[in-house]
Amino acid sequence: MAKVLVVTSGKGGVGKTTSTAALGAALAQRKQKVVVVDFDVGLRNLDLIMGAERRVVYDLIDVVQGEAKLAQALIRDKRLDNLSLLPASQTKDKDALTADGVAKVVGELREQFDWVICDSPAGIERGATLAMRHADVAVIVTNPEVSSVRDSDRIIGLLDSKTEKAEKGERIEKKLLLTRYDPARAARAEMLKIEDVLEILSIPLLGVIPESQEVLRASNLGTPVTLASPQSAPARAYAEAARRLGGETVTMSVISDKKSLFGRFFSRRAA
Amino acid sequence: MNLINLFRKKGSAPVARDRLQILLAHERTSTGRSDLVDRLREEILEVIKKHVAVDSDKVRVKMERGEAVSTLDIDIEIPTAISGKPDLATAAAKLAEMARTPEKAKATDKKSAAA
Repeated sequence: MAKVLVVTSGKGGVGKTTSTAALGAALAQRKQKVVVVDFDVGLRNLDLIMGAERRVVYDLIDVVQGEAKLAQALIRDKRLDNLSLLPASQTKDKDALTADGVAKVVGELREQFDWVICDSPAGIERGATLAMRHADVAVIVTNPEVSSVRDSDRIIGLLDSKTEKAEKGERIEKKLLLTRYDPARAARAEMLKIEDVLEILSIPLLGVIPESQEVLRASNLGTPVTLASPQSAPARAYAEAARRLGGETVTMSVISDKKSLFGRFFSRRAA
Repeated sequence: MNLINLFRKKGSAPVARDRLQILLAHERTSTGRSDLVDRLREEILEVIKKHVAVDSDKVRVKMERGEAVSTLDIDIEIPTAISGKPDLATAAAKLAEMARTPEKAKATDKKSAAA
């Protein structure tokens, strides 16, 4: 049965779109049928991160308003056959995104794909609540930094009250994806540790994505980091997170690509 | 200079953690999280009111989030007797009366005879 996943955070710039693209590609590499949906109307960027910005013809709002069929708006990835993108509209009024319209589109996507990954806009306004509305699973992207952790806490509150599952009295599965983590700085007490963030937010950990230059390189190229440099630390961390999403038990470790003796020792021991 | 370095060595992450813990403990009671608690409170009250007369002010619903599990604490104060609506006191009295009916009395007699 299809799973609807929302990638959300409250705060902007923490890595929602990067994570949506990377997890989507990683799941597609595991032979799953995946669609990534951009909910950020007016500030779409998932198309750019996926390298499909010049192939956008129709968008989510066109489908919601019945101006295009779903099949016309879906963009199939050039690298992975079973990965598709449903872009957001860059020019239309974001009020055009209605609750009923979103429900209908998500329902149709559920029938065609194994995973429907919704890339939420930042903030706690309508766009964000619509993106999380039909989710079965929420991935909360958080940086080890005070404002990001605070906003994540707020988003967890919304997930527990404003989603379809919450309204039916069911539990929405919530998982933490800690991004831009620097184990060396955390060891020097310059950065919140994984345990600190977990203790504060008290939701299970999906994965830890280390701070890495590869993420910017991948976005420059318009390729999800899991495809741009599969052997890099963030790519391996995303791949592991994707396996956990699929229900596998993968031992948690902070993957590092530091070439120092200590870094190598640590990553080997952790693996 | 040395003093600044000394402070730096200690690290700022523990300060961040403590500030967050204090702030969020406060914010969780005033925003977001209370949504669910409010709804639960209303719905629980509805159900209870069907059977027992209760004062809405005497219902407290509290959510506490822990590391592994969260607990929902529901505290309802039920008056022992209010005229008009059935309450626990009258329900208890009815049960007591039923226990005193002849059939029941016979049943207990038989039991005691057997013993």
